[in-house]
Amino acid sequence: MTPSDCPEPAAATITPYPDGPLIVRGDFAVIAPDGRQIDAKRRTIALCRCGKSALIPFCDGTHKALGFRVDTHPTPVESAG
Amino acid sequence: MSDPYGRAALPEPRGPVSAMLREALRRAPHDLPAGPPVDFTGTDPLTDEDLQLTLFLCYELHYRGWQGVEDAWEWQPSLLAVRAIAERRFEEAIRRLAGSQPTVSPDDLPAALHRLTTDDEGPSLGEFLRRRGTLPQFREFLVHRSVYHLREADPHSWGIPRLGGPPKAALVEIQMDEYGNGQPHRMHAELFRTTIDRLGLDSRYGAHLDAVPAITLATNNAMSLFGLHRRLRGALVGHLAAFEMTSSLPNRRYGDALRRLGGDAAATRFFDEHVEADAVHEQIAVHDLCAGLVRQEPALTADVLFGAATVLALDDLFARHLLGAWAAGRSSLRSTASELVHLSAVVSSVPRAPVTARSS
Ligand code: FES
Ligand SMILES: [Fe+2]
Ligand SMILES: [Fe+2]
Repeated sequence: MTPSDCPEPAAATITPYPDGPLIVRGDFAVIAPDGRQIDAKRRTIALCRCGKSALIPFCDGTHKALGFRVDTHPTPVESAG
Repeated sequence: MSDPYGRAALPEPRGPVSAMLREALRRAPHDLPAGPPVDFTGTDPLTDEDLQLTLFLCYELHYRGWQGVEDAWEWQPSLLAVRAIAERRFEEAIRRLAGSQPTVSPDDLPAALHRLTTDDEGPSLGEFLRRRGTLPQFREFLVHRSVYHLREADPHSWGIPRLGGPPKAALVEIQMDEYGNGQPHRMHAELFRTTIDRLGLDSRYGAHLDAVPAITLATNNAMSLFGLHRRLRGALVGHLAAFEMTSSLPNRRYGDALRRLGGDAAATRFFDEHVEADAVHEQIAVHDLCAGLVRQEPALTADVLFGAATVLALDDLFARHLLGAWAAGRSSLRSTASELVHLSAVVSSVPRAPVTARSS
């Protein structure tokens, strides 16, 4: 299957990466709870999923130091601990 | 003031082969003397100054070229023959250094890359600089790093035309961000220029080549080797992945070190930007670029790991070189440039005029 077989799903996509952040691509804006826009600084961003980043809402790699695991693709044989 | 992005001056020779080559490059392209076989005297290619400078002289012809050197040298056959001899020794040495990697299936590549980059037990340059690095030491660190960061991302761009489909899109997605997404002031190489400008260091392209030792040239030559040989495209993407995977946390330490030493927001921005950017690049590099490539070409899995292991092994030697020199109270730069360490630059009142590491 080539990428052209999969039509573009939406204006923006959110992809949970294994044991890591949510990667957001496409046409999006990051808005703070008070309604102000947060400068995303790049076209593709990583949103922290472990909650421990010093740059919330963005990932800063801290999840690795913490050994953050998330059972994105549960398999019947191995437990994701 | 010369063009800050233009060609660098030819560095001083470091042995018979680099001397012969440098002399030849100053004249019109011609066949190099067919005399005694090219002989590098160093026992370890990674610390052989003559060999590493010879490689660097050859490779730079494919980037921006050298001041006063004709462009046609880039594809001069007898020069390419000398380069091939140096490259063979260099590639053997890095394969030995990187060691053998476990055989993994393409599906297990992300986990293998993760293991490789987290099991690293090497000395931490970032930790040292953050806790007790001095300003002269931090400046030395920047001088070493300037060889790469003033052309940041360029070596991996060689990979773009060699890939197709999803891994190509992934590589371009990373490179776009490295190059500022079309905004020159956001290019990582530009952020680095600002940082070293703020510290009073010469920020012109290739300004510090004479100052850096073989190991620093070797870290750069490895990227050029992988980038210029299509057969090594697996190693090139593995190299990029390991680069990105070992970046966010150390860059936070470098930024903290510079803040402690008095660096302002403009000076630390290069490091602060990398904490956030490389947290994104890492995911793309591992899961879309490397895993994407080995889904297409499973036979490249071992080379991807080799490229990644090369980063860790060379980084380790590089860190040992710097920390070893500093522990012995020496400069980690070559003696011709040791005046750098004696400069007592005060970050808040840095001179705007560049301080060169070589006499020009
Ligand atoms: S997911 Fe990366 S720091 Fe939280
Ligand atoms: Fe970068
Ligand atoms: Fe990056």
